Formats: sequence, C-alpha cells, structure tokens
Amino acid sequence: MQLARQELEQAYRQMKTIRDFEDHLHREIAKGTIGGFTHLYGGQESIAVGVCENLKRTDYITSTHRGHGHCIAKGCDVKGMMKELYGRADGLCKGKGGSMHVADMDVGMLGANGIVGGGPPLATGAALAAKLDAEGGVALSFGGDGSCNQGPVFESMNIAAILNLPSIYVYENNRYSEHTGSSYVIASESIASRVEAFGIHTVKANGFDFFEVHEVMKELVAMAREGKGPCAVEFETTRFYGHFEGDPQNYRAPDEVKNDRENNDCIKIFRSKVTEAGLLSDEDLDKIDSEVGDLIEVAAEEAAAAPAPSIDEVTTDVYVSY
Amino acid sequence: MAKMSYREALTETLHQEMANDENVIVMGEDVVGGTGSPGGPEAIGGVFGVTGGLYGKFGAGRVIDMPISEAGIAGTAAGAALAGKRPVAEIMFADFIGLCMDQLMNQAAKFRYMFGGKATCPMVLRTSYGAGMQAASQHSQSPHPMVTAIPGLKVAMPSTAADAKGLLTTAIRDDDPVIFFEHKTLYGLQGEVPEGDYLVPFGKARIVSEGTDCTLVATGRMVSFCEDAAKALAADGISCDIIDPRTTSPLDEDAILDSVEKTGRLIVVDETPPRCSFAADVAALAASEVFSSLKAPIKTVTGPHSPVPFAKELENAFLPSPLKIKAVIEKTVKYS
Ligand SMILES: Cc1ncc(C[n+]2csc(CCOP(=O)(O)OP(=O)(O)O)c2C)c(N)n1
Ligand SMILES: [Mg+2]
Repeated sequence: MQLARQELEQAYRQMKTIRDFEDHLHREIAKGTIGGFTHLYGGQESIAVGVCENLKRTDYITSTHRGHGHCIAKGCDVKGMMKELYGRADGLCKGKGGSMHVADMDVGMLGANGIVGGGPPLATGAALAAKLDAEGGVALSFGGDGSCNQGPVFESMNIAAILNLPSIYVYENNRYSEHTGSSYVIASESIASRVEAFGIHTVKANGFDFFEVHEVMKELVAMAREGKGPCAVEFETTRFYGHFEGDPQNYRAPDEVKNDRENNDCIKIFRSKVTEAGLLSDEDLDKIDSEVGDLIEVAAEEAAAAPAPSIDEVTTDVYVSY
Repeated sequence: MAKMSYREALTETLHQEMANDENVIVMGEDVVGGTGSPGGPEAIGGVFGVTGGLYGKFGAGRVIDMPISEAGIAGTAAGAALAGKRPVAEIMFADFIGLCMDQLMNQAAKFRYMFGGKATCPMVLRTSYGAGMQAASQHSQSPHPMVTAIPGLKVAMPSTAADAKGLLTTAIRDDDPVIFFEHKTLYGLQGEVPEGDYLVPFGKARIVSEGTDCTLVATGRMVSFCEDAAKALAADGISCDIIDPRTTSPLDEDAILDSVEKTGRLIVVDETPPRCSFAADVAALAASEVFSSLKAPIKTVTGPHSPVPFAKELENAFLPSPLKIKAVIEKTVKYS
C-alpha cells in the first residue's frame, strides 16, 4: 500500500461513485423510468478503478455491455453519463447510444460495447496507433469471462503478440456469462492459461482487493509502456446484480450474492484495509460517501429534468460528411 | 386451435419437431440456460424463453448450450447439417449475424451449388430482431434484407403466433438453410394456433385483409402497424389489401403483383433503412412487372438511412408508425 493519501481518497471516491451510480440505476429501472437493456457493474468496482488509476487520460480503453464502471473509472463525466442513460439530448452521446454505448474520446474511452468480444480487437488497433505515435501510450480492453470465447478476441491477441503492441487484455471473471457458468463454456483450465498460449505475459489475480489489482496493473502497464509487448490479466470477481436488470437470477446459489456482499465486497474490503492501516479514517471515508451521494443525486435530478433529443437528431452523426 | 403466444407457438414447434425427428438438435447461448451454474440446467431456457423445457425432455445430447461464439455456432450448425443433422441454432440477437456472416454467406448458402447439387444443409438459424425496446444500435437491427440477398438462403419472418408455428415447422423440415427472424416485440403476442402438425409453405403470402384502393406489403411487427393504419382509414371509405409475404426468400411475387394490378397502388412498409432494402426490392418488382396498372407512384415507409438510436423519442422517430403509414396511404390514394 504505497499510495499517497490523495490517491487513496481518489480511488475510494471512484469506486463509491460507481457503486452509487449503479445502485441508483437499479432503483430507477425497477420504476420503469429508464428503458433499454442495462447491465450493472456493482461488485466489480475494484477492477475498473484499480486498472484505470494506472492509466493516463491519453491511454485508451475499450469496454463491454457492463461498461458504466469502466467509463467512470476512465474519467467520463458522471452527469453526462446519467443523462445518456436517461436518453437526454445533452447526454454524453446525445442520447443516441444509451447504457451499452457510452463513450468519450476525450478521455480515451473508446466505448462500451453491445457486442461481446467487440472490444479487444479495437484495443489492439488503438495499441497499434499508440505504438506508431511512440509517446508511450497503451491501450487496454476490459472483457468478461464469456467474451474470451469469441474468435476475434483470439485473433486480435495473436496480432498484438506478433506486432509487439502495447495492449493489455483485462478479463473480469465473475463466473457467469449471462446464466451459464464459465467453467462449462471455457475449455482450458483458466482464461489466463489460454492467453499465455499466444506468448502473452499473463497473470491471475484477486479482483476483490483494490490493492492487488492496482499493484498487478502497475507492473503490466509499465511493461506495455516500455515496449515489452502485450500482456493480460484474469481477475476473479463477482457481480452483485443480475446479468441485466430484471434477471430473476435463479441460476445462482440461494445465498451466493448475500455471501459475496458480506465477504467479498471490494468497497468494504478497501475500507477495512485503509482504516486498519491508519491511512484513512472512517470520517474521511464517510465524508467521501456523502459527497458522492450528493453528486449522484444531483446527476439524477438533472438527468430527469433534462430535455429529450430533437427528432432531427435521428439522421445526424451517421457520417462525418455525406 | 389453441390460444397461445408467439413464444409458446415456437416452443411447441421445437418440442414437436424434436419428438418427430431425432436428427433435430437445438444449440445456442443459454438455450438450456444455467449449464455449469449452481442453479443447474434449465434455470432459464433461452433469454426469450423459447427453448424452455427442451433440455428436460430431450437431454444434453440434443439441446446444447454454446459459448459466446457466434461464428462457431453458425459453422457448427452448418457442418452438422452437411453431416445429416437438422440443427436449429439460436443467435440471441439478429445483430450478431454480423459475426456469423462467413459461415452463412460463404459456407451454408453455397454448398449445394458449389458441390453440384450433391449436398444439403438443412439448418435453421433462429434469431430475434427489430427495434422498439430501446435496445439501441447493436441490439435492434433487422438484417433480413442482407440475408435475403444471398442466393441459397431462405428467410422466414412470422408476424402471428400461428405463422410462428407453421413457418418454423416448415423451416425445420426444409432441406435448405433457413434464417428465421422472430420479432422481439412479438413474443408475447397471443393468437389461435392450429394443433398438431401445422406447416405454412414458404413463398406463400398471407392475405391479411382485402381492399380495393391500395396494396400494403409488410412483414413482422409492421403488419399490425399496417392494419392499424388501414383501420383508421376505413371510415373515410379507403380500403387496403394488406399482404404479409411471410418469407422474403422465396417471395410470393404473384400475390403482390395480383394485388397491385387490382388496386393500382403500392406501399411497402419495413423497419430497416431504405437503401438496398426489402422495401426497395418489392417496389422494383412492381415497377417492372405491373407498371401499366399503377395509378400513383410506389411508396415505401421505412426507417431512415441511420442506425437505430437509443432514446425513446429518437427510436420512435426512426420507426414507421401507423400514423406515418396512414399519411402515406392518404397521399397515395389522392394522387392524380
Ligand atoms: C456477440 C454477442 N453475443 C451475445 C451477446 C448477448 N450477451 C450479452 S452479455 C452476455 C454474457 C457476457 O458474459 P461475460 O463476457 O462473462 O460478461 P459479464 O456479463 O459477466 O460481465 C451475452 C451472452 C452479445 N451482447 N453479443
Ligand atoms: Mg461474466
């Protein structure tokens, strides 16, 4: 735990922002005020934040259908994201994308993605661009356990290896792809062992612990920056909510989520570590909690009150020029 | 006849066909649902619930959960079909056909032709399609024109519960590869469905309603939009032929052309963008075959040349609606 106080506060604030953002959506979607398919990131916050705290604004990430956490961690504007989810004109993507397509090029966030396995090839391309730019930039893809079975994911990792690209493949193994257990759909012993077969340096780590995530990523990002080629990591994690909002979750063990919330809550684990080590006090953390709570409340109020897009927008942005 | 939903009609058909022919197998993501998870197999039965109960009845050998590998799923189905099985593969959202395209357009569609008529590939690829649920650009598309354009593939798109059963039965028994489009907003639609064996032949349109002033051609969800538009005009003394081709390949050209010869007017409604579309295809057919019968320009009511947007207001603006269709009918009937 060699992080400065300010870095610890920032990490906690980011994790908590994601948690509250998702908890708010969970309540709001149940009321029927937000449409579309929404996949919440609650439970996995330590990964998005532990990863992105090692990245610069100019580094690139690609994300997944479960993308809100990655977006917030990479620096997307929370109010703009909230408006996007509400389908508002001044949402981050003008209300055209919604939950599965939040993106912000200005912070190197190349998009959540509705196509499972859509991200890794794009991160590979962004890594190629970063390599050509030769300014030490890296590109990183987030992906779920289920995404590692897509052909284009394999193809792009092989391309990254032969071209020695500064790309990093992060796998968040939350044990399920939708309702199917990952042990059934993944033939190899682990995702990590499979990625290693491409000659890519790969590690396996505990994703519940922010500090482990942060440390592992520090090393991997440094390697990629130094031109040592692509690398990958498989994090063990859990999701607190259903696959999508509305999922009955009858494929999970009866007390599974309850147990995970009690024993594997990355935010609780962070809190107890920093308070036990005397790095931050409960008061420090509570203060952040209340600031984050306010931010989400204001973001939600503003989003609810914001105007819908004008219908002329349906046909804008299809091309740059036409 | 039994009253049931579009979804239940599809489920019943899969049960009947699996019982009829042991070569029929079902494969796809979460089609068993829960394999390898603590809740165990059958916890779900397909994300839209269509494949529920199959695993319990027919077992793991014939009802197969697949990894998220759409190209692999399509290819496995095509290969199993070449080797004598009748796979019914599910691709959860039609948008993901993007990932299957090589297996469909370069493989399954062409075997019979390339191999000099010596191969058959009796696979069905079932998939949910269409907008209307704010599922945004990558989960709302209607790519039936793309696959309709490929010689060697047949394409079915039921608009009622009865057609869901009749067309799926025909698709499974057909010896050619069939892409089977289920509109995601129609799964709950109720209707009377014939019991037992029920086949709707491919290339035979359903005449939804008969009229004298205008021909409306539509498939899937757009059929009911046309019915609503036509009903709203009945009081003004305007009546329409509504034709649901049910399969876009093969296409019942006669039903469409006979109707246009009778009414002298044609409007084609589809929820895709307009370019190189099913609507453009039908319009061109009528223009070239029954030009002299036309009393007004052929019109199409489609989405614009854009992806499907997320915000409700934008998605509604993208889609055809009964109101938009009604306005085009009025203009077409008044044309002189
Ligand atoms: C190409 C493609 N196939 C299927 C889906 C439907 N789908 C959405 S998420 C998902 C499961 C993804 O599992 P995983 O990669 O483990 O991510 P998690 O949901 O656990 O975060 C599936 C099958 C999709 N969106 N895209
Ligand atoms: Mg997963």
